[in-house]
Amino acid sequence: MPELLRGHGVSPGTAAGPVVRMPDPVTEPPGGPPPADTDVDLARIRPAMDLVATDMWARAGKAEGETKAVLEATAMMASDPELADLAENAVREQGIPAPRAVWDAANTFRDMLAGAGGYVGARASDVEDVRNRIVGELLGVPAPGIPDPGHPFILVARDLAPADTATINPERVLAFVTAEGGPTSHTAILARALGIPAVVSCPEVLAITEGTVLVLDGATGTIDTAPDEATVAGARDRAARAAARNRRWDGPGSTADGHRVKLLANIGDAAGAQAAAAAGAEGVGLFRTEFLFLDRADEPSESEQTESYAAAFGSFGEGTKIVVRTLDAGADKPLPFLDQGEEANPALGVRGLRIGLAQPEVLNKQLRAIAAAASSTNADVWVMAPMVAVLSEAQAFDRHAREAGLRTTGVMVEIPAAALSAGELLGAVDFVSIGTNDLAQYTLAADRMSGPLAALNDPWQPALLRLIGMVGAAGQTVAKPVGICGEAAADPALAPVLVGLGATSLSMSARSLSDVGAVLKTVTLQQCRDLAVLAVGAADAASGRAAVRAGLPALDELGL
Amino acid sequence: MPERTVTVGSTSGLHARPAKLFVQAAAKQPVKVTITAGERTVDARSMLGVLSLGVNTGGTVTLAAEGEGADAALDTLVTLLESDLDAETPVDA
Repeated sequence: MPELLRGHGVSPGTAAGPVVRMPDPVTEPPGGPPPADTDVDLARIRPAMDLVATDMWARAGKAEGETKAVLEATAMMASDPELADLAENAVREQGIPAPRAVWDAANTFRDMLAGAGGYVGARASDVEDVRNRIVGELLGVPAPGIPDPGHPFILVARDLAPADTATINPERVLAFVTAEGGPTSHTAILARALGIPAVVSCPEVLAITEGTVLVLDGATGTIDTAPDEATVAGARDRAARAAARNRRWDGPGSTADGHRVKLLANIGDAAGAQAAAAAGAEGVGLFRTEFLFLDRADEPSESEQTESYAAAFGSFGEGTKIVVRTLDAGADKPLPFLDQGEEANPALGVRGLRIGLAQPEVLNKQLRAIAAAASSTNADVWVMAPMVAVLSEAQAFDRHAREAGLRTTGVMVEIPAAALSAGELLGAVDFVSIGTNDLAQYTLAADRMSGPLAALNDPWQPALLRLIGMVGAAGQTVAKPVGICGEAAADPALAPVLVGLGATSLSMSARSLSDVGAVLKTVTLQQCRDLAVLAVGAADAASGRAAVRAGLPALDELGL
Repeated sequence: MPERTVTVGSTSGLHARPAKLFVQAAAKQPVKVTITAGERTVDARSMLGVLSLGVNTGGTVTLAAEGEGADAALDTLVTLLESDLDAETPVDA
């Protein structure tokens, strides 16, 4: 194996430490051969279930609130008498080995719960978790989930699921490396939210022996698998300096020569709003409203929506800008009550505002709820539509929003057609906000969830930056705001480039604000423009990133 | 066999915390209790079974048990199901 591996850096920072491998997920055990002694297999099922239940109760005891309730329900599933009966019957009557019998029995219940929909339907994934733990116990393989070796480590995994990432202890995990996943994978988003360096899409990493000490750079995506002592010491020193820095951002955001760039947070609910306000965000550049709608069999009522929005708005002081994005359903986020049917290619299907205009009663209800929440608080609430391609959609959204009583309307620029028509769109609405994740996926024709296409989904792709520059120029011509609310805004090296391209605000995970704000303070607006020229004119994403990093000495000083 | 038909009082139906409290209470009874909703009957001690019934607030279920203490067990569980378990603090969760 080469000493230097290269993946895709998705969360900046340096880390040095030993590798701990995430256990591979438990898969369906074979249905045969039948057990030599049925009684032996029968006798193993309930003890394995009880062990898993005991473990889950212990975990529930350490948790609080909603997490505790879910873990308790999961613990009760693990020792469920009907689950045991069903599995034992399959062993006794069909000669199926115990692991497969438990697997099948759990799937029967999982399908039943999934069929019920709503809250119960959402518990189907908990049944799978319980199933994997019991089967893992029966097969003698390590329990699924994040290992805890008792010392800090670099976590190496094939990929991480949202359920895994929720249990990560940032005190222990120095960095993530995954074989799969792209820049907008759960791993990437979580790593940035926690401020943990991360490299994705590095398949060679799975060959590294557990315990090997790595030095990793989450900005460039390089992994040194055989570092000498001086390299390890240097990396630890950089990591320590980065950790010691005050992570609270004391805005407002601006360049060294005082050009204002609002630094905003991306949030998904009222708790996120509180965290963002505590982290010093100047406001919210992207309030995702899907949280109210996911896992729901029925549409939330107007008053329920009003209450939730008002709770989030209330975290910020008077006059704070909060940009609310209307429901972005469809594609990877189907909603039962919208009854969309199957689509051959959902990412190119009826999603975002396309649903809103096809079913205007859902959109209008949401807009009225946002307007009511806005008038009951002192926030400066803006509203924008996702997935806009053409001018008539922007005009229609503007009309719906104004009828609901909202004053500031905008559209997201996620589709190349919208970027190419930014001037026209800005004639119809008050602002635009660029969603770099989807704009990259549609510009490069590369599925953003695809690991092998991670290099195409890179926000440093010159063609993508060129489109962003066109939108920025259109905004400057009419003096209207151009925000960036994709993950690109959280990259402290890319932020000055985006400002140079004409972005007037950057919105990101609250955790990234201090890094981006600190780097921005070291450059003038003219330097941002010069860096943008370098990035747009680069032959490819990697050389653009390298050229800009070379022109930004502050990154090294800040340990980013 | 003693039986009771009862309307579920919890706001969220027999899901989430109400389901947990009901299943835990059923497990403490000296007799096996079954719960029926529509066509399906499951063991009241089974979290998966109770959840899979998908009973919403205002839904009707029938409890049944046999043997010594069956009536007392049913009375306890009926009281539990009729109350709004989402609103109360658990007596003994």
